[in-house]
Amino acid sequence: MATATLDTPTESRSITISLTINGQLRRLPVEPWTTLLDLLREQEGLTGTKKGCDHGQCGACTVLIDGKRINSCLSLAVSRDGAEIVTVEGLADADKLHPLQQAFIDHDAFQCGYCTPGQLCSAAGLLAEGRATSRDDVREMMSGNICRCGAYTNITDAVLEVLEKETAK
Amino acid sequence: MASSARIGIGSPLSRVDGIAKVTGAAKYAAEHRPAGMLYGFAVSSGIAKGRITAIDDRAARAVPGVVEIVTHENRPRTAWLDRSHHDQVGPPGSPLRPFYDDKVMFSGQPVALVLAETFEAARHAAALVEISYEAEAHNTDFDKALAEKFLPAKKRNTFHPPKNRGDAEKAFAAAPLKVDAEYRLATEHHNPMEMHASTVEWHGDGSITVHDKTQGPQNVQAYLSSVFGISAKKIRVLNPYVGGGFGSGLRPQYHVYLTVLAATMLERSVRVVLTRQQMFTHVHRPEAVQTVRLGAEMDGRLTAILNSATTSTSRYENHMEDVVIWGMMNYACPNASGDYTIAPMDTSTSGDMRAPGAATGMALFEIAIDEMAEQAKLDPLAFRLLNYSEEDAMNGTPFTSKALREAFAEGAAAFGWDRRKAGPRTMRDGHELVGWGLATGMWDAMFSKTSASAKLSANGDLEVASALSDIGTGTYTVMTQVAADTLGLPPERITARLGDSDLPAAPVEGGSWGAASVGAAVQVACRAIGEKLLKAASSIEGKPLGSAGIDDVTFDGGRIVLKSDPAIAVEFTEAMRAADLQTIEVEETASAGISGMVSQIRKSRNTHCATFAEVKVDEELGVVRVTRIVCAVAAGRIINPKTARSQILGGVVMGIGMALHEETMMDTKLGRFMNHSLAEYHVPANADIDSIEVIFVDEPDPEVTPLGVKGVGEIGIVGTAAAVANAIYHATGKRVRSLPITIDKLQD
Repeated sequence: MATATLDTPTESRSITISLTINGQLRRLPVEPWTTLLDLLREQEGLTGTKKGCDHGQCGACTVLIDGKRINSCLSLAVSRDGAEIVTVEGLADADKLHPLQQAFIDHDAFQCGYCTPGQLCSAAGLLAEGRATSRDDVREMMSGNICRCGAYTNITDAVLEVLEKETAK
Repeated sequence: MASSARIGIGSPLSRVDGIAKVTGAAKYAAEHRPAGMLYGFAVSSGIAKGRITAIDDRAARAVPGVVEIVTHENRPRTAWLDRSHHDQVGPPGSPLRPFYDDKVMFSGQPVALVLAETFEAARHAAALVEISYEAEAHNTDFDKALAEKFLPAKKRNTFHPPKNRGDAEKAFAAAPLKVDAEYRLATEHHNPMEMHASTVEWHGDGSITVHDKTQGPQNVQAYLSSVFGISAKKIRVLNPYVGGGFGSGLRPQYHVYLTVLAATMLERSVRVVLTRQQMFTHVHRPEAVQTVRLGAEMDGRLTAILNSATTSTSRYENHMEDVVIWGMMNYACPNASGDYTIAPMDTSTSGDMRAPGAATGMALFEIAIDEMAEQAKLDPLAFRLLNYSEEDAMNGTPFTSKALREAFAEGAAAFGWDRRKAGPRTMRDGHELVGWGLATGMWDAMFSKTSASAKLSANGDLEVASALSDIGTGTYTVMTQVAADTLGLPPERITARLGDSDLPAAPVEGGSWGAASVGAAVQVACRAIGEKLLKAASSIEGKPLGSAGIDDVTFDGGRIVLKSDPAIAVEFTEAMRAADLQTIEVEETASAGISGMVSQIRKSRNTHCATFAEVKVDEELGVVRVTRIVCAVAAGRIINPKTARSQILGGVVMGIGMALHEETMMDTKLGRFMNHSLAEYHVPANADIDSIEVIFVDEPDPEVTPLGVKGVGEIGIVGTAAAVANAIYHATGKRVRSLPITIDKLQD
């Protein structure tokens, strides 16, 4: 007979943290074992961020944390107290799509759409990093986001188009 | 609206569900949260075969938030008869019934379901459920299973037995040129990005709404009704967005069974999501071995084809695929014979995965063809043209169309095939060996009876609907385009609805029949709307269209236009007002009809493709890069060149995975797939994929289906793996006959 051990959630031990999610400051009680991904999807109803493996292997859960692209399934929510989170729901500027969102539609850079939020957040993070300068760079640096539908060439085209426009500015 | 701006069949319209998908608004099966919903987490069997002797769930039940643990000991009653557990597309046999009794048939079989108020509590408690087993000897070693291979008396209804011609053994014995080799394909898993999941809404009045990850909402509805004894009218299955399928969602999978079982037992809403590890426990492409013997004259003319294959299945169901027929159909050769069997193992039942049978059998056969071309000292393309068959060589029937010759020509031109140097190890780029390979692909062009409704509102908005699914295939967009084409409406005025069992009857989304079938259904429905509009227009005072019949008018920009005098036109809205109609609503069914059925017997209907691959192989490390693919496809009429191209790209990428990466490895001692994660089962990542060019060759075919559409969901994968394998041989001189071609096989 197993007894309750330290890792057994015997009772609520929720801790209140502050997160700015898509521009809105939220004070949220979270259990210490809740991942940022589950917090977003289950507590906040922000289901745009996807769960594809829960092990940091597929990138579907990618969000921007303080501007950096992070697998939210590998991040415990409590460890992000005070952070600024941007999810796919926060990419567009009101009704105006983010250039990456528009480029993804124009280039048909998705099919089933399930990896798309992660691809978009990852691409936004990539643009902010300023490291990618070529097609091969984009292919390499977008490889943390798996697309089983195989839209890679279109994803790369879409990201490159936005990258080139931003560079030209 | 000028007709020059008209969007219709053939327009590269961007996906109409695009905005929902790029903004995160599209909701998938696990993204609904009805009030009071419980989280279910499945416990998977730790043994491959045997009995459960005891279940100790005390520690699990002590976890705060845990509400119930369902096992075979406390499950509610479900249907007793085997046939009640069958679904529309499953193979013959006794389908899995989770928690039916204490029997374990494969590792990973669900043996308990924990239900809790939070996901974390359910997951944690699931790890605390102690299950004791009495294990029996199992076999999950395919090579050992081959000793038990057999051809079932009861065939799967989609199975096409090979038809032999001539005397292949005799011709092979006499042939001056021979290929005789064994080819293999590893087990593969579909791994759609969205894990299988169901959210069941318990309404409390005996009805349930099931948000399910499936490729067929009506298949799931009928299955649940049969298994749980609930009237189908009280079950609504919704799947408006499906995060990939590739065949894994054709049959109702055990997640939906578990979810409904728990919901009915607890009379609460429940959600069950499989883990990525559990995504390796329900369905996979079977492991395969294929022996190909080819005989040819000295000039390269094929004289004998002997094609023999075995694929894996479970011990409780007989999954069969068309593996050996493709080469027999595709090549002109007077003597050909095929032999197909299945080998049972203690695993879950294998199932259809993108181009089932063809992706396996045609790919392996096309490697053998490459070997014969080399023996005949012919260029691989010249060899294929020499042995080209205008008709279906196995069935002796003409094709409704076969523009494979054109696909070879256009693909070769785009690839620059004429610059290929003959013989292996003849091309190089720095430290890398360069290889160019070619393969033919072939798939069925199927049509399935499908219904669609159309509803035109007084404001001119049109809704078309059918219970088909869009698994990323572009079905929403295809339906919108066919409606736009038929009624001359701009796409913005059209809403396509699908993924709902309440909608007009449709088959599962699979087999590449979706676009041809639902396209035809939407077209007949919209034509019926057009006829009713024309009738309504006769109520307009002065009858501006006179006595014009349906053939005397066109529909354009929301108006009925007289063909003989395009200046005379009436607005849809005007016609409806005149006839005092708020809406015009129709439901129509597209079926093959008698002439179609006769044509299906007399003619073969297939898609073809020619796939050209360039690889670069690091000579010292054995690292293979696929640097270029050209895939030239003959698939009849293309409704949307943009989304159709994406379908081919996806097939090619999965084909590259098949050639180089994808392999589910079995621990035969434990009887369990070992590499059950996306870290250890490598699906191609962005960096693995370089240039892919897709060409659709002109192939008008008014006979194949009502719209002349053949479907493109599967053909892209069929030639790719063999083209890559053949390119690797051209680069390295090493013939690897087992897919995937991993580095170890090149370094042997």
